Amino acid sequence: MSALRPGGEDFGARLSFDRGGPGRRAVDVPTWTGEPTPLPDAHLLRDSLRLPELSQGELVRYYTALSARNYGIDSGTYPLGSCTMKYNPKVDDLVASLPGFAAAHPQAPAEDAQGTLRTLLELRRGLAEATGLPAVSLAPAAGAQGELAGVLMITRALEDRGELERRRRILVPDSAHGTNPATAAMAGFTVTQIPTAADGSLDRATIEEELDESVAAVMVTAPNTLGLWEQGIEEVAGLIHDAGAYLYGDGANFNAIMGRVRYGDLGFDVVHLNLHKSFSTPHGGGGPGAGPVCCSEELAPYLPTPVVEECEDGVVRLTAPERSIGQLQQFHGNVGVLIRAYAYMRALGLEGLRAVSGQAVLNANYLRVLLHGYYDLPYDRPVLHEVVFSGSRQRREHGVRTYDIAKRLIDHGFHPPTVYFPLIVEEALMMEPTETEPPEAIEALAEAMIAIAEEAERDPDTLRAAPLTAPIGRLDEARAARRPVLRWQEAEAEE
Amino acid sequence: MLERVGVADLDALFADLPAAMRDPAIDLPPALTEPELIALLEERAGENADASKPNFLGAGAYRRSIPAVAAHLTSRSEFVTAYTPYQPEISQGTLQSAFEYQSVVCELTGMNVSNTGLYDVASATAEACLLATRATRRGAVALLEPIHPGTIEVVRTYTRGAGLRVDILTSVDAVSEEHACLVVQQPDFLGAIVDLEPLAEAAHASGVLLVTVADPFALGLLRSPGDAGADIVTGEGRDLAGAPAFGGPSLGLFAARTPFMRQMPGRIVGRTQELHEPPEGGEPRTGYVLTLQAREQFIRRERATSNVSTAQSLIALAFTITVQALGPRGLREAADLCYQRAHDAAARIAALPGYETPDRGPWFQEFLVRGPVRAAELSQRLRERGIGPGLDVSSRAEPEAREALLLAVTEATPDAHVDALVEALAEIGADA
Repeated sequence: MSALRPGGEDFGARLSFDRGGPGRRAVDVPTWTGEPTPLPDAHLLRDSLRLPELSQGELVRYYTALSARNYGIDSGTYPLGSCTMKYNPKVDDLVASLPGFAAAHPQAPAEDAQGTLRTLLELRRGLAEATGLPAVSLAPAAGAQGELAGVLMITRALEDRGELERRRRILVPDSAHGTNPATAAMAGFTVTQIPTAADGSLDRATIEEELDESVAAVMVTAPNTLGLWEQGIEEVAGLIHDAGAYLYGDGANFNAIMGRVRYGDLGFDVVHLNLHKSFSTPHGGGGPGAGPVCCSEELAPYLPTPVVEECEDGVVRLTAPERSIGQLQQFHGNVGVLIRAYAYMRALGLEGLRAVSGQAVLNANYLRVLLHGYYDLPYDRPVLHEVVFSGSRQRREHGVRTYDIAKRLIDHGFHPPTVYFPLIVEEALMMEPTETEPPEAIEALAEAMIAIAEEAERDPDTLRAAPLTAPIGRLDEARAARRPVLRWQEAEAEE
Repeated sequence: MLERVGVADLDALFADLPAAMRDPAIDLPPALTEPELIALLEERAGENADASKPNFLGAGAYRRSIPAVAAHLTSRSEFVTAYTPYQPEISQGTLQSAFEYQSVVCELTGMNVSNTGLYDVASATAEACLLATRATRRGAVALLEPIHPGTIEVVRTYTRGAGLRVDILTSVDAVSEEHACLVVQQPDFLGAIVDLEPLAEAAHASGVLLVTVADPFALGLLRSPGDAGADIVTGEGRDLAGAPAFGGPSLGLFAARTPFMRQMPGRIVGRTQELHEPPEGGEPRTGYVLTLQAREQFIRRERATSNVSTAQSLIALAFTITVQALGPRGLREAADLCYQRAHDAAARIAALPGYETPDRGPWFQEFLVRGPVRAAELSQRLRERGIGPGLDVSSRAEPEAREALLLAVTEATPDAHVDALVEALAEIGADA
């Protein structure tokens, strides 16, 4: 049984498996009343299965209690930098779950799925317009899969040019998301890291030095993870193309520039978008997302399968591009997420998209100004969608780490920012308020951060003990990795 | 706010962007209000085929009876609107649910370690192939037919970068010491239940890992792949989570034996406890965190086991709740009901003059039908009668698939649909 503590249950100690009782069940299954068919040989069958036995009421209370131990964007401000936690309009969920969309079988003939397919076609066209890249596949299930698709497309293009054997390197800035180098490696390339210059942009001299016949691509996040515009990227694109390489764009931060500037116009060859970020589909505690990949005409023949096309007979179909890198999933991607993104795009239109990027950037700068002086700002200049502070002063002067600041913010009712990323900023606190936070929420967030900065001077021990008001205190992450317990086990339940 | 930020207008905030390219013409349809948006998408949803009509398509996506409680609980906004649980103190709902998911997947598959889920079955299987090649340092993988063609395609896509060879086998005899793994689908693509144990023995004899691509619903009835000797198990969880939705969101199950724990792709949740005793006294409480993160891209970068970041958490939650609502007896009963209904339907079809259901040994929910006319024509005639005819598999190499349709009947297929199918087939038979 669970260890009880004064004032409450040790909730996490008892899983569903430790609750309920033998014979209880949440739902009944109809009985087969026809002629029974003998089951296959016993050696093909299972003789036992351990699963919890709960009444429906018990099951609902358990998961309801779990949900109360979670914090979502509907709970409050969630300034998790790079993750773009904006409010998700509920109508998007409603339309995605309409029975006609929900019931469509993935192998249905195109004629039977025209509603879904036409919706995907219009999303495809909208994304092409918004990015300035004419060809799009909606297949990738998330940003990282979109990255893999993009890099494999470059692989295939180089293969067709007969240059794959000599172009074995991909240049990745040191401020990049971890998925960028991981993807490059998964696709078989070696990674060369490019340092960030003092002004927060790519170090041009290093790029020029490194660009040679061994480079397949340069992966650039624009705007970058410091929330800054990659100045002169259109010129860098020219240098990359002159060297025979491709410019890959990590579009995770598209939120900042929607309607303002287009990747295609800047010279990017292929870009992935994170629709669960920029296009506001809820993140679900870690997905599902969607990571469409958008590219130039040159790379279009290599797009992953399927691509949505309107055929000459007016029917919308899924097709395989001529030199496709192939499929990324058994079927067609996270269609439910794509429908939500389409609804988001249609609700906004162009002016709405511009308003989104405008407000997102204004909000980030408002937060920057409000916190200026209280935390170090290693790149002290106007930002786009997010701003990266450093807790290094607090660490140096008061022995309080960014980790402690983040945990204390929980006690003020906020989700903490992204911490220790990008890696190039010491004690990084990466904050992205997004466009959906009202000014009062941003001011309240800033007040809490200022109160914490003051507390760091006065009472650092409290910060080191935080959070004090969360459903659970700081957890021993080292112990979890050292002695992994990764599943329910009967023996444990009897402890 | 503009004044405080020190700019005259919003456009001034974008001064770093190249002036010549700023504010381009973008052709997007005009904005819609919420009622207009709903009306438009209701119209669109209505352009899909009527879902209440009989349809016997399976081939990787099956109609299931999902307990209402799964959608209800999964739609709680604290679950829906949270990000990946980077801050465990306020993410215990997501984390403990994920630990429940890992536990359920381990019980079903007979494995010791599960991650929190990957994109879908095919990409999970491709990740299994990559794990196997890392673990064995071998340069080829083998997939045993009949296996879903989508799985083959995705394994090819994912293994291209590493330069691996992909061999498609028609017999386990062709497995060799060049292969890192043998991938076997359970039940196979044409519906048959596979006896995994001899395949595991044959694979292990050459030092080859057995990867089983299993339907988790069928595992309510079938021997767990782990018990039969599998080393890695993948599967598709979407059908137990909710509606097919044209294939996605999907959910890739991925579980393995303990020795592969530190080679796994994706997020893994571990159990731990508070660092400190609570201020009011008592023992440190139990909690859950993302763990073994030294495998992952955001720490290991180009040396990570995979580039996966966002996956399918919410679908994994729905999957978990469905399985737990059914419970050990309910899942077995539902799988048994599925088996009975499918076999009853197949027997009725086989009894019609001119029809046969080619025998490939024991099977679960999907079967082949060969009729008095060619497969393409049979398919067409069923469609004319308002019946979704299943998948035409006549182009496949297996002799049993020659001129055959692959049909699925599950516990959720209405009786009236089966009646309509049998009646239509009888009419087509009489016309032939």
